[in-house]
Amino acid sequence: MTSDITRASAAVLADRLSRKEISAVEATQAHLDRIEAVDGSVKAFLHVDAEGALATAREVDKRRIAGEDLHILAGVPIAVKDIATTMGMPTTAGSKILAGWIPPYDATIVTRLKAAGMPILGKTNMDEFAMGSSTEHSAYGPSHNPWDLERIPGGSGGGSSAAVASYMAPLAIGTDTGGSIRQPAAVTGTVGCKPTYGGVSRYGLIALASSLDQAGPVSRTVLDAALLHSVIGGYDPMDSTSIDAPVPPVLEAARRADVKGLRIGVVKELGGEGYQPGVRARFEESVQLLVDAGAEVVEVSCPSFDYALAAYYLILPSEASSNLAKFDAMRYGLRVLPEGVKDPSAEQVMAASRDAGFGDEVKRRIILGTYALSSGYYDAYYGSAQKVRTLIQRDFAAAFEKADVLVSPTTPTTAFKIGEKINDPLAMYLNDIATIPANLSGIPGISLPSGLADEDGLPTGIQILAPATRDERLYGVGAALEAALVQRWGGPLLARAPELPTGANGAPTTANGREVRA
Amino acid sequence: MSTATNGHVAEPVVDYAEVLKTYDPVMGLEVHVELNTATKMFCGCATGFGEAPNTQTCPVCLGLPGALPVVNVAAVDSAIRIGLALNCEIASWCRFARKNYFYPDMPKNFQTSQYDEPIAYNGYLDVEMPDGSTYRVEIERAHMEEDTGKSLHIGGATGRIHGADHSLVDYNRAGIPLVEIVTRPLVGAGAHAPEVAKAYVATLRDLLKALRVSDVRMEQGSIRCDVNLSLRARSQDPAAQNDVPLGTRTETKNVNSLRSVERAVRYEMTRHAAVLNGGASILQETRHWHEDTGVTTSGRVKSDADDYRYFPEPDLVPVAPTREHVEELRATMPEPPAERRRRLQGDWGYSDLEMRDVMNAGAVLLIEETVAAGGTPVGARKWWLGEIARRASAQARDLADFGVTAADVAELDGLVTSGRLNDSMARQVLDGVLASEGSPVAVADARGLRLVKDDGALSDAVDAVIAANPAVADKVREGKVAAAGALIGQVMKEMKGQADAARARELILEKLGAA
Ligand SMILES: [Zn+2]
Repeated sequence: MTSDITRASAAVLADRLSRKEISAVEATQAHLDRIEAVDGSVKAFLHVDAEGALATAREVDKRRIAGEDLHILAGVPIAVKDIATTMGMPTTAGSKILAGWIPPYDATIVTRLKAAGMPILGKTNMDEFAMGSSTEHSAYGPSHNPWDLERIPGGSGGGSSAAVASYMAPLAIGTDTGGSIRQPAAVTGTVGCKPTYGGVSRYGLIALASSLDQAGPVSRTVLDAALLHSVIGGYDPMDSTSIDAPVPPVLEAARRADVKGLRIGVVKELGGEGYQPGVRARFEESVQLLVDAGAEVVEVSCPSFDYALAAYYLILPSEASSNLAKFDAMRYGLRVLPEGVKDPSAEQVMAASRDAGFGDEVKRRIILGTYALSSGYYDAYYGSAQKVRTLIQRDFAAAFEKADVLVSPTTPTTAFKIGEKINDPLAMYLNDIATIPANLSGIPGISLPSGLADEDGLPTGIQILAPATRDERLYGVGAALEAALVQRWGGPLLARAPELPTGANGAPTTANGREVRA
Repeated sequence: MSTATNGHVAEPVVDYAEVLKTYDPVMGLEVHVELNTATKMFCGCATGFGEAPNTQTCPVCLGLPGALPVVNVAAVDSAIRIGLALNCEIASWCRFARKNYFYPDMPKNFQTSQYDEPIAYNGYLDVEMPDGSTYRVEIERAHMEEDTGKSLHIGGATGRIHGADHSLVDYNRAGIPLVEIVTRPLVGAGAHAPEVAKAYVATLRDLLKALRVSDVRMEQGSIRCDVNLSLRARSQDPAAQNDVPLGTRTETKNVNSLRSVERAVRYEMTRHAAVLNGGASILQETRHWHEDTGVTTSGRVKSDADDYRYFPEPDLVPVAPTREHVEELRATMPEPPAERRRRLQGDWGYSDLEMRDVMNAGAVLLIEETVAAGGTPVGARKWWLGEIARRASAQARDLADFGVTAADVAELDGLVTSGRLNDSMARQVLDGVLASEGSPVAVADARGLRLVKDDGALSDAVDAVIAANPAVADKVREGKVAAAGALIGQVMKEMKGQADAARARELILEKLGAA
């Protein structure tokens, strides 16, 4: 049955594929059908590549029948955040300035997905250039939270989390600069992991803030995230900041799911005031479950976290202002001629194109970053922010002396309504208050569902953090907690999500799936 | 950006000698060296010169979304070796930085460069001057960066943006590794400032060539020099000259020949003096050098708005050469310039004066290459400093970029020493080489130039001349051997110059019984 296929985890799907109970074409087609049925209301995809995905699936089936040794995830379909370049497939980063751009090369992680034989269903929606926490800043309109279509699915990777939460894909790629994998996971009841900085290649990921960006897995189970992490992780000579070491043993840890004797540190600064009661309640229950499973709980304090948000909103815009300079209409992307100018200069065309092609949030951050890097202000802004970064790293180092992993609620609140915070950037930024410190220090973090908040019935998330390069701890603790929670719930949390309307108006794809929603 | 045309208005200048009466020049030289690594600074693209536009590009050097740089280790080694040759300290840890500004030929709209953490710093280069003295040029830093693409402006009369119909950009050059070598202010050169500038660039060029880190082809832009110049009041007390504050400087961009370096410094000195004498002040600006007219014209005015918003390049990890590695590279250093010159002078058997002439002509490297290619030291010096220098100078060109290679000169010299050509024929061959007719041998063949050694033809000519000049012949027969000169001249004329005059003389004396 089609719904059996789409509701199966990637691990189960992989198992059934390997036992030839289903074919890769069936698995892929089931997800394409699901996209056709529900994406008109969820709007998770910017582009669906039915043909390409089915071609990959057919190839996998052929090789499997020929008895070839295939990757464990061969034939398991995946959705890719539209920030990763895909050769021959549109890549917009959610921006009008890249409308219609077809990259001539694949991001390293895309190459690895293809090498594993994973059919790429399409590209998922995101806040423009990953700037946002709701997908409302996408130039192509917001995605919707499958738990309540009037609410945001988180951001920037809301398309990926919504696709996975609504069974349009078992797995998706996200990127996390300040929480863009973990926050969407938390508000959609899914799992999302930001690996250690350098753990997954950034080559081919359209850069937001180079020193913070990290790609990672989005899934419905911790084990699935570990499976995908193993595919995309590892050294890449095309990325200088990539770590030249084997991928941490995430899969083994997820399978072992053991927390006995582990010290769990509750971060004092990440909780309490400003956190929704339902979020806090579910978090505390989760911590208790970990204790029940044999872990020891300690409280740790990270006083510099108070400055994390401020530092983040200097470093990110500074790097972004430079990274986004290349979008100048000279070689690719949108080109707009200034109105009323005869024989415009290159500079005038650049200015007009950037004015027309960038959204307000992008412009806001470019202006912020340009200012912060200006001579005379550099030390006070960018320089000070880098010092805060060092202090946060020290806080983490001290905390990890006392604890093997740290935990906190992933977000202060559950999913808010579309439009609710769009005119209040600061309120929007506060969504990432608990996730940002990990990016500033390069350590890995995972978010998994902790339940539903009593007051609104929406998903809440718990975040687990580990020291750099010890990503496996996230999966060991995450899988143990997940097992305890699923047992308590009597099944996965997503089973409680409302049924989505099917065949809704405005389905984004044409028959051949080549249409980009504009 | 305003740009000049060829029809610019000449600015007033004063006599060069006048400048020095009132002012003291201070220079700063920035030399960009294109490294000759096989691949670019941050990607694997090839670096060949003159390939079809945009054929040596990839997502990285085109600045495509998502692409990331990776440092070329060979370029770092070249930069370190340059630093060592310039007696610099080598950083044990340094970073790249982004220099942010918008320009169409810069794919990312930032240049990956080094800012306050150069790979090499605090060095010097001793430059031998025409009078035999040594001027020490202090090196502030040598840092690594990437080159930009090249804009081609189509449809305008001048090839500049102004008036052009459209522009094309070639990104083959984008990302080629550069090392920028920056001097400290050069003071105390006085009237010799232009020569110091030229001698410095020439010495640097020879050093880079010896290091084998660059093609050092100035005409192809593999060495580009920016000349900063300012004048300050001349102090009555020479000892107190360096207490006089510096004047406002101008930066003359892309001075791309040795000759032009000297001329640009000289011109800017005379122009600055004229401005200052008129009671006006110098505008801090970049200036364009015009090789054809020998003047500079105003470029972009520097202002506080020039804020490159440097910050450490987050896509690259720091460069941290180990001390062991630096020592390994130090072991590959060529001999220092002064030692090298002494060795070459000995090898070539030149007098001090001859060697100094060679140095002043910037021809050390050319002669070294000519000798390496099989030429004689005497012949190499004769051709480079004689015939070729004369022609290059008439066309206001540098010897090295004049269109004759060391191999050509060696071949030409060989043709003369082997007796195939005499000097006048060799000059004709040189004309042919300069007219791109081919190698000296090919030109000599094509033009049928060859000294006639065949006694048959020569002997016939001698007989004919003797028969036509019985009176002169008689004088020779009577023992007035000097009279043979007139006959030799006629024989050579008869042979259209393609005869060995010595052999003709032998034959005449033989036939007239005067041998
Ligand atoms: Zn390249």
